[in-house]
Amino acid sequence: MAVADWIRRRIADATRPRPDPVAERTRALAVRDNEYGFDAFGMGRDQVRTAVRVAGWLYRHYFRAEAKGLEHVPATGRVLIVSNHSGQLPYDGMVLSAACMLDAAQPRLLRSMVEHFVPTVPFASYLMARWGQIIGTPENCRRLLEDDEAILVFPEGARGISKPFSKRYQLAPFGLGFMRLALATNTPIVPVAVIGAEEQAPAVNLRMVAKLLGTPSFPVVPYPPFVGVVPLPVKYRLHFGEPMVFTGDPDEDDEAITEKVTAVKRRIESLIHVGLRERKHVFW
Amino acid sequence: MTGAAPKKVVITGIAGRLGRVVARALHHDPQFVLEGLDRREFVGRPKDVVHHQVDVRSKKARDVFRAGDVAALVHMGLMHDPRATAADVYSWNVAGTMKLLEYCQTYRVPKVVVLSSADVYGPRPDNPQFLSEDAPLLAAQRFPQMRDLVEIDHLASTFLWKAREIETVVLRPVHILGSVHNAPSNYLRLDPVPTLLGFDPMVQVIHERDVARAVSAALAPGVRGIYNVVGPGQVPLSVVLRELGRRTLPIPHPLAKPLWSLAFRAGVSSYPVAEFDFIRYICMVDGSRAAKDLGFAARSSLRETILAVDEPA
Repeated sequence: MAVADWIRRRIADATRPRPDPVAERTRALAVRDNEYGFDAFGMGRDQVRTAVRVAGWLYRHYFRAEAKGLEHVPATGRVLIVSNHSGQLPYDGMVLSAACMLDAAQPRLLRSMVEHFVPTVPFASYLMARWGQIIGTPENCRRLLEDDEAILVFPEGARGISKPFSKRYQLAPFGLGFMRLALATNTPIVPVAVIGAEEQAPAVNLRMVAKLLGTPSFPVVPYPPFVGVVPLPVKYRLHFGEPMVFTGDPDEDDEAITEKVTAVKRRIESLIHVGLRERKHVFW
Repeated sequence: MTGAAPKKVVITGIAGRLGRVVARALHHDPQFVLEGLDRREFVGRPKDVVHHQVDVRSKKARDVFRAGDVAALVHMGLMHDPRATAADVYSWNVAGTMKLLEYCQTYRVPKVVVLSSADVYGPRPDNPQFLSEDAPLLAAQRFPQMRDLVEIDHLASTFLWKAREIETVVLRPVHILGSVHNAPSNYLRLDPVPTLLGFDPMVQVIHERDVARAVSAALAPGVRGIYNVVGPGQVPLSVVLRELGRRTLPIPHPLAKPLWSLAFRAGVSSYPVAEFDFIRYICMVDGSRAAKDLGFAARSSLRETILAVDEPA
């Protein structure tokens, strides 16, 4: 009898409706969707939920990420989240998005910008839009910021993500576009340091091959499949800094804008230093 | 406007389905009397609408304007036949439009409304989500069959600046759905509907009756300029097809072009291959200028607009 009881209890336990934090958090998202559940950029709440489940698993169980300073991400209103970029594939973007979805007091959907070729790739073309990503044009960003959304920016761009292991935690030159947008739309900037991603795919750059193929770089990792598709299970640490507010003319010449961009870069560098000092080990 | 004599509005392409929808809408308005200008027969013509069944390039078309009492021209008589020869289409569309604009200037028609299309911007992978009226018209770059439509839009936009005494309005509506037999509506009436595997762009649609309302708004005195005209919103193409209950036939895009051009040459399909880009990439526009200046807002909901393609005419 005890066994039957135990089995019954197990079944009841397994079939009991469980709280679904991901579903609750997606429901709590403040997005402007229409009668069919899509926003103007093709984001679908249902599809975001699926993406957050995947990103959430990576965030909690694979990378065991710790996020500090999430209170600096405003609960409402426009914001640019500016971060260092690395790791061959943008897992850092997924983890940052998961942090803002799952662990921020008010869930925020981070919208990141994808390269212009992505809409030509089957499946990626529409999945990126359903998950809230946008094509990286200034017009798109301006529109979203004016709608008080949160945008994730990697000013290092492709230079950052393909950086070799020897250049880890050294920031590549920053683009200036994000600062002009911030000035034009009066948007606060939240600097973030992502610690861990820079070791997830320790790559060397084969300059000869890159030259032959005409690509900016050709990173390979020293284990199969030799491209950085599967990241090492490093531990992620996210350090969000205090919002920075800039004022000025968005159409100023590059020199004046560079000065402001450098201020952001310095903030991220110092967050990286703090993060690296605090951590005991790359993997735990 | 009570007491004022009704204004004579000449509509080209009035015998087409969209022409009839627009004519019906303007016919209800007591401030207008309508005259049709189309080489086709105007089926179901109301008794008080005069119809000139002539070619717009002909002398007789000039006579319509010669009296000098035309208050407005609504130009929507464009040929979209993908099987006509390029020379025919060019002569009809571009030369015809040039002639009409010339008559308007010579005989002092104070208002010209040209119905272009948001397609002239062209579907492109690097398009911003919403194109404004100032965006370049790049449709012809990948899509030579669109060159005429782009050229007509350019003609009309140039006319806007050249003939300052005339109030020219260029309307660029998004995909018009309804009883019309245009490419988007015909495409959505296919069953199964061929789609491109792995592509599902956002599309903007507008109900044909809302287009008629936009034309009517453009006829208001004092309005001039170029306006994108948007409907109730945008949805993924797959949602439109699901709403209509269509089966889909996803084709991998490297196979799609050869298969499709074969079908076109065999006469099975009437879609030029280059139109594939419209179901692959976005071509969406920002309609806020029309909302502000014309006070135009679509009245049909998204669902009504989508379902309109299955409505009997």
